[in-house]
Amino acid sequence: MKLSLGPILYFWPRPTIEDFYQHHINGPVDVIYLGETVCAKRRSLKPAEWIELARQLATSGKQIVLSTLALIEAGSDLSGVKQMCNNGEFLVEANDMGAVQLMVEQKLPFVAGPSLNIYNAQTLRLLHQQGLIRWVAPVEMNADTLKDILNETESMGFRDQIETEVFSFGRLPLAYSARCFTARFRNLPKDHCQFVCQDYPDGLPMDSQEGEAFFNINGIQTQSGRIQHLLPHWQQMQSAGVDLMRISPQAQHTGEIVQRYHEIIQGQPVDADIKRYLNAPTCDGYWCGQPGMDYIARAD
Amino acid sequence: MKLVCPAGNYSMLKTAVDHGADAVYIGFKDDTNARHFAGLNFNDGSAQKAVQYAHDRDCKVYVAINTYPQPAGWARWQKAVDVSADIGIDALIIADTGVMAYATERHPDLPRHLSVQGSATNLQALRFYHQQFAIQRAVIPRVLSLSQVKHLTQESPVDLEVFGFGSLCVMVEGRCLLSSYATGESPNTCGACSPAKAVRWEETKHGTECRLNNVLIDRFKRDEKAGYPVVCKGRFEVDGHVYHALEEPTSLNTLELLPELMQAGVKAIKLEGRQRSTAYVRKVVSVWREAIDSCLHNPAAFAPRAQWMQDLASVSEGSQTTLGAYNRPWQ
Repeated sequence: MKLSLGPILYFWPRPTIEDFYQHHINGPVDVIYLGETVCAKRRSLKPAEWIELARQLATSGKQIVLSTLALIEAGSDLSGVKQMCNNGEFLVEANDMGAVQLMVEQKLPFVAGPSLNIYNAQTLRLLHQQGLIRWVAPVEMNADTLKDILNETESMGFRDQIETEVFSFGRLPLAYSARCFTARFRNLPKDHCQFVCQDYPDGLPMDSQEGEAFFNINGIQTQSGRIQHLLPHWQQMQSAGVDLMRISPQAQHTGEIVQRYHEIIQGQPVDADIKRYLNAPTCDGYWCGQPGMDYIARAD
Repeated sequence: MKLVCPAGNYSMLKTAVDHGADAVYIGFKDDTNARHFAGLNFNDGSAQKAVQYAHDRDCKVYVAINTYPQPAGWARWQKAVDVSADIGIDALIIADTGVMAYATERHPDLPRHLSVQGSATNLQALRFYHQQFAIQRAVIPRVLSLSQVKHLTQESPVDLEVFGFGSLCVMVEGRCLLSSYATGESPNTCGACSPAKAVRWEETKHGTECRLNNVLIDRFKRDEKAGYPVVCKGRFEVDGHVYHALEEPTSLNTLELLPELMQAGVKAIKLEGRQRSTAYVRKVVSVWREAIDSCLHNPAAFAPRAQWMQDLASVSEGSQTTLGAYNRPWQ
């Protein structure tokens, strides 16, 4: 089982981003995804600067993948995605069919990100024929469905040509909108948003009126209020055919969390409790075939 | 510009056809479509009857197969495609790439439209579906501004259809999992947003409370109108403030943009609402038929009539309408 570090979903300032990756190139993750996937207005790093950062990090020997925007609306959004897709050096994670098309046109391999809606082996086969070499399952997919799909890819004859990744730790990206909910909270129009999402390095909790952690606002993205945590299921994931577990960065303690995932997977007898590193309750319902917000595994 | 109208059952279909629909869209009685509600939709027989009724009156029938099959259900989606082809419908409205591939291979001559649930918001995504599956038309998510729609129409390799009226998804369609996070069922996989079995209404001392799988979604005072409890239109607490954190309960109404949409080259207007009633269909189809005819006749002089707006407001969620993303000034 490999570990990957998903793209940073929040708007962090450039020095924070650079420090974050300097730390992680010395850590145990195998794959690092870089890029802005949520809002094209966020420009801590421009596409060319992400590519430059990828070059620096690649000297560590880790696999560096460039991630693209999930919701592409304006022509200017598309040209940013094009720059990432045409980088000429690094593998690309396509988070929209528009990015898939840009990779297909270049006949280059790509990773299908979690917002691409791959729910069956027929879709996976078609995209594989077009260059998919790894896919991140939709975050709502459960273990049984994932196993069924991978079994079908076996009989279709391409099981060994693709890798499967699962969003395993972090607040789940659940929805994208033309509207910015952080700007809405601050009573600002989106076109004069003043980049207020920078004030919320882990997003903005949106609770029920009874104080239950429900969702988390991150600009145009709505995330789960709970933090998905699949480490207790890692062995089941491995036997289901998952090749990579994705850890989604949070503002604090991502290093400790990565370390804990790594140690447990390596079979080291460590305390698996990571609650001290979290600022919200955990969930694993999707993986267990239940509502995403549920928490089934009590083992940790 | 064609008018594409919802038909949740045979009575709604007849009403839509009789009041001026150029095309009606229907779904089967299972999770192959995004309005998978009890008592709604068509079986093979009623769909056949629907096609006959519509075709006799020069109206087209589209079948929405616009959810995402998982391996256990794949055969149902195949069957939905095959039955549609057998009964002579005019186009399939498909979301899933695998289903698209199956339909293209099995029934190459049956026109294919990309569903709004296919979530194509940009030129490259449209090119993908056009090159892979020769789609004729794509329904565009309700997240683009008018100027973005105009740009896309100019460059698109396929015809574009936009939403004109109905419930408003504030999230980009096909990529919203808020419902399954709360209930386990999403539009993508089950064709349901806030499934009825997960909804509970309760009278309490705080007012009428609405819960979705036990989570409090909203609380209404006595005189407040309560809409269907989709997560995105509830009231939540953010940093001590309780408000509609994502969206107010409103409906989309783009009637006043009709001349611009027409001029932009938008080929079809879609009305939402297969889950509504025959009375709803009668009202919205009549208004939009008259409006499109009036606009086609003299676009420069077009202005929405007060009566039209009143009729549409009377069937809107929360009795309010909005231009949605179409009127936002930003990109």
